[in-house]
Amino acid sequence: MFVRGLKRKCFDGEEDIEGTLAGIKAIPSYNLQRQSLLDMSLVKLQLCHMLVEPNLCRSVLIANTVRQIQEEMTQDGTWQMINTQSTGQASLDRLVSTDILCRSSRDQAEGKHVPGYGNFSKDFESDQAQDSSETMSTASSVQAPRNLQSNVWEMENPQENKGNFQKSLDQIFETLENKSPNSVEDLFSEVDNSYYDLDTMLTGMMSNTKMGHCDSLETFSSPTNTASNSNCKSDLNDLDHIVEILVES
Amino acid sequence: ADIISTVEFNYSGDLLATGDKGGRVVIFQREQETKSRPLSRGEYNVYSTFQSHEPEFDYLKSLEIEEKINKIRWLPQQNAAHFLLSTNDKTIKLWKISERDKRAEGYNLKDEDGRLREPFRVTELRVPTLKPMDLMVEASPRRTFANAHTYHINSISVNSDYATYLSADDLRINLWHLEVTNRSFNIVDIKPANMEELTEVITAAEFHPLQCNTFVYSSSKGTIRLCDMRSSALCDKHSKFFEEPEDPSSRSFFSEIISSISDVKFSHNGRYMMTRDYLSVKVWDLNMENRPVETYQVHEYLRSKLCSLYENDCIFDKFECCWNGSDSTIMTGSYNNFFRTFERNTHRDTTLEASRESSKPRAILKPRKVCTTGKRKKDEITVDSLDFNKKILHTAWHPLENIIAVAATNNLYLFQEKIN
Repeated sequence: MFVRGLKRKCFDGEEDIEGTLAGIKAIPSYNLQRQSLLDMSLVKLQLCHMLVEPNLCRSVLIANTVRQIQEEMTQDGTWQMINTQSTGQASLDRLVSTDILCRSSRDQAEGKHVPGYGNFSKDFESDQAQDSSETMSTASSVQAPRNLQSNVWEMENPQENKGNFQKSLDQIFETLENKSPNSVEDLFSEVDNSYYDLDTMLTGMMSNTKMGHCDSLETFSSPTNTASNSNCKSDLNDLDHIVEILVES
Repeated sequence: ADIISTVEFNYSGDLLATGDKGGRVVIFQREQETKSRPLSRGEYNVYSTFQSHEPEFDYLKSLEIEEKINKIRWLPQQNAAHFLLSTNDKTIKLWKISERDKRAEGYNLKDEDGRLREPFRVTELRVPTLKPMDLMVEASPRRTFANAHTYHINSISVNSDYATYLSADDLRINLWHLEVTNRSFNIVDIKPANMEELTEVITAAEFHPLQCNTFVYSSSKGTIRLCDMRSSALCDKHSKFFEEPEDPSSRSFFSEIISSISDVKFSHNGRYMMTRDYLSVKVWDLNMENRPVETYQVHEYLRSKLCSLYENDCIFDKFECCWNGSDSTIMTGSYNNFFRTFERNTHRDTTLEASRESSKPRAILKPRKVCTTGKRKKDEITVDSLDFNKKILHTAWHPLENIIAVAATNNLYLFQEKIN
């Protein structure tokens, strides 16, 4: 998504953003394709049937594909690029990355094929409801109160939730970092069906609740997040508002 | 009618069993040749229908267990009754299908409708007699083999000793005795100690048709392992390992997925085995492990569409394949209700379509062609107009004659070679 050597400019106005985007369009399509394949694969791993066990063969094949892409991206150095950008301290850096994210998804809506994390987080959002209920069904007593609690908490604190949106984005970036092989395997370990071993199953559920990606899904509660997303997609002249979000987080 | 999930002829070919997504088994029987209806020879009519598996709920995991029949395998016939094994994701059942065409009449203690007779009405003793009745076909479950599989069962295979059979799920293969339901032996276990290290699963398994100690299992990485049960109790170490080296020029992110083997079948003579992966069918000589002896492209034109097929999940479709009785021809399915046959000796291949529009009863099927170049000829179909929802996953070939059964979603087609 971010090409090597792309110089990030100070945010001056829309024109510069357009310029940056022009740079992105010049990226060789292989990286874009690879990125969209990675996004698609991660979404596929999340989409589990609520009632029936997911197909293990399919999950294994998709997970192997994700690992392959990640290995190649690590070798390329593309992986480190995304890593440093997402954990940058300067708020401006963060602003740009959020910005491009939203722009990318807006461009998508306009028909330009520029896949990016925007796409990915949107999918996460729509699938969160499905996934949270799936995780709920597999460990109802453990997770349900936690889910409900976080939902209630978010409805009462819309301000804080905007901060959560930024936090969730970071968590998504985190899951795609070098740490991500673990999260992929964590996703995978959910599939472990120790048929008779209740202890193993419950232990597995407990460790899942600590997973980064699971947390990001839970804080990504649909109604409040669409509000945040639309904030993001709103006019970029609303700089003050965006700075407010960052300050709160 | 529900989606057909498995099709299998019995050893004589007179019976054809189908299993569907709703857990039902429908058995067709071939009509006998009669002088009055000479044309009806070869027609299959419904013989028996029964509910083999019901949906279940696993309370421990809060997950449904589908009643879909994954596989049916017939046992060789040993008496008047027929036996078959049918399995869903978790449980295998042995069914007995028997005919009843006589009924006993003239009981002493009960009436014709079964009610007990009043003792004072019994004034004399008589011997019950057998009277003919309308043919009734009964299916009754004789054994239930349950609780042995943590993962989803993908294959069952009856051994040539006719006393044992194997069942394979994603990570394990178990050996059963047909008479014993409370015990099974685990003969292959590829589950890693840490599930996070899992990268390969078992996709199919089959016993050798003649050697009762030999079986093969295929994997999602495109490998086949042949195991000998005489070497050790747990066959984790294979005797032979079949894998074709990857062609580096065609490597892509989808290489592994399309190399995943969806079906493995021994030839009837036991010298070869056939594997089906996403784009091709390969015939292997059991004596040569490093590459197949024959490779047939089923729908190579899909290679450039793999990304779309990955997106819509079609790349994970599991196609089956089958041999004809003499092992001279192999058959497998494709999309758009197309199925393909490959003659091994002449290298002739045919594409046919199983659909109502193209098959009128008794009409000869017209060969179909998919247009791979820019210019589409008349009657050709372009790749983009193929219907990927119409997939032929299950086909079966009569063991002795050239009669084939093709399952197209929820319709079953039977085709016969026209003899002039």
